[in-house]
Amino acid sequence: METKQKIRILIAKPGLDGHDKGAKVVALALRDAGMEVIYSGLHQTLDQIIQSATQESVDVIGLSIMSGAHLPICQKLMAMMREKGLVHAKLTVGGVIPHQDIPKLKEIGVAAVFPGGTSFEDIINGINNLFE
Amino acid sequence: MGVAKYIKNEKDAIKEVIYQSGITVKPAYGPEDLERAGFSYEKDLGAPGEYPFTRSIHPQSYRSRAWTTRQYTGFGTPEETNERFRLMIANGQNGLNVAFDLPTQMGYDSDHPLAEGEVGRVGMAIDSLRDFEAAFKGIPLDRIGSGLTINAVATIMMAMYQAVAEKFGYSKNQISTTPQNDILKEMIGRGAWIFPVEHGVRLVGDSIEYAVKELPKSNPVSICGYHIRESGATPAQEIAYAFEIAKAYIENVTQRGIKPEDFVGRFSFNLNVYGNLWEQIAKFRAARKLWAKMLKEEYGVKDNKNLFLRGLFGGGGSGLTKEQPENNIMRGAYYALGAALSGAQTTALCSFDEAYTIPTPRSALLSLRTLEILMDEVGLRDTVDPLAGSYFVETLTLEMEKKILEEMKEVEKWGGMVKSISNGFVQRKVSRQAYEFEKGLQSGEYRKVGVVPVSEKGTDKDPGTEAAAVELHEYNEAWAEKSKANLKELRRTRNDKDVAETLKGLEKAAKTSENVMPHLVKCCHAYATVGEMAGVFRQVFGEWKEPDFY
Repeated sequence: METKQKIRILIAKPGLDGHDKGAKVVALALRDAGMEVIYSGLHQTLDQIIQSATQESVDVIGLSIMSGAHLPICQKLMAMMREKGLVHAKLTVGGVIPHQDIPKLKEIGVAAVFPGGTSFEDIINGINNLFE
Repeated sequence: MGVAKYIKNEKDAIKEVIYQSGITVKPAYGPEDLERAGFSYEKDLGAPGEYPFTRSIHPQSYRSRAWTTRQYTGFGTPEETNERFRLMIANGQNGLNVAFDLPTQMGYDSDHPLAEGEVGRVGMAIDSLRDFEAAFKGIPLDRIGSGLTINAVATIMMAMYQAVAEKFGYSKNQISTTPQNDILKEMIGRGAWIFPVEHGVRLVGDSIEYAVKELPKSNPVSICGYHIRESGATPAQEIAYAFEIAKAYIENVTQRGIKPEDFVGRFSFNLNVYGNLWEQIAKFRAARKLWAKMLKEEYGVKDNKNLFLRGLFGGGGSGLTKEQPENNIMRGAYYALGAALSGAQTTALCSFDEAYTIPTPRSALLSLRTLEILMDEVGLRDTVDPLAGSYFVETLTLEMEKKILEEMKEVEKWGGMVKSISNGFVQRKVSRQAYEFEKGLQSGEYRKVGVVPVSEKGTDKDPGTEAAAVELHEYNEAWAEKSKANLKELRRTRNDKDVAETLKGLEKAAKTSENVMPHLVKCCHAYATVGEMAGVFRQVFGEWKEPDFY
């Protein structure tokens, strides 16, 4: 994509967990960094996330997961993205993610992983770098 | 979040201290500060146990009784949780604080597709009365009170608690339960809401009305400034928003023809303890006074014991860090000190490993011991409100009072709490503050030990990533299998006719203004599941749609 075009990102909270402070502060940080941010709201099913991502034609999906279920969720969502032809969008994930899971997430096809404690700067650069 | 802003010169001398609530602290305080603020012992403090209760709600406070300790407990199946309950009680804990898993909190049974991967993960999985029978087996429900951390479906769990007590041979007059039951705070932070705002508030009203009439020892609602603070509110906002939420519930119940005098004494609060020590102490003292004043002056409540701000002051989760987790043991001890200096009636501490995992038995007991050390060794039971009369603390308490009132006024300008939440005003404000604070922490404007600002990453000030010495509580897939198998067995053996009939009664009540509580008790006794009862509400009330947060 052209560098001048704004990156469109969907920040999404899959599942039943309602702890949304992390998702919201990252959404604000990315918006301040000039990206177009869509926030899904809470309690989203993976189908709903795919639907919003398609409708909004986003470049990135950013999942926020605190429950520990990041591996199965990302695996399932990647498969659904392929199935629904959402191939141009990149999947990223943040939240309570142990470091030893990062290689596994990359293997599944997750483009970038931002475990809790990652600075806004690193998240912004990490997402921009996906389009370098 | 959790620290004040310190503006320093190049020699590290502090030039200015600004608390999160927006109060600037002077280098020293003297009698002139109290005079300037118009401080009066009679008007602003009064003796402990006397109006306006700034010092204490009881004349003897901890001299007559140490605080009640209630560590937040629950995971896996009801059997696992029962074992941990017994461990904590055997070790001197005198109340329970029950954690439910997310499917239960959201009104789904363990075999619902949305429950996949979550059964028993962050609390215990409850599907029916059968599970409560296992969870509370052998617990003396006439002596041990139980806090239930449940909100959207609090009415269901309160009914189930009554049902289990009756099953065990206790009468409903003997039992004491405090369901959290604060749906408005779920909509500001924590996020375990289901139904639209007005229906959520109606259910809270039903449970209060029912408790007033049927459950004489239970406290039907615990208003949680706690989670609002965790979501980014300042200490002054924590209290202001909690009081505005209380006003919304009071309004609902008084519309039913019940006088505030007859129910506000049953309200309790769940408030947070992390952050600057002095700011917390001033917050609690100011809050006790403002609550009593508000009830007396605005609602005409007369009986002193109905004016008490009672509750759990504890937790402190957002003050803890993922970095160098052992430091959280020390943080917890200081937070608990603040709670004790503020006269907390009930308390609990987040355990040091909670940024990683559900606490292990070792870390949960460490929290309990921290609380005991304060009472038994350090001297917090010696005298009531030991900081009273301090030039600094009294000035700060008066300033905090002003800040809380300003924040309340803002919510009232927006049209009250129900409107502020429906429009998203409060959520937006709190999220924005959380963002600003996080930026400040990353830039080094706010300091937390072990948290390295971005500019110092990789320099000699950065200790690097240390492997955390935390033993992880493993999630066990077998819990879900067991819950699902139990549910299948339950559906096979219960009397379907009873279930259908009681659910029908519930639906009828939900559709009218009839109180749902007696119907829920009947449903529970018939072994209707949480998913079935919540399903009735979902169908009648629908689900809430969050307002945009920016």
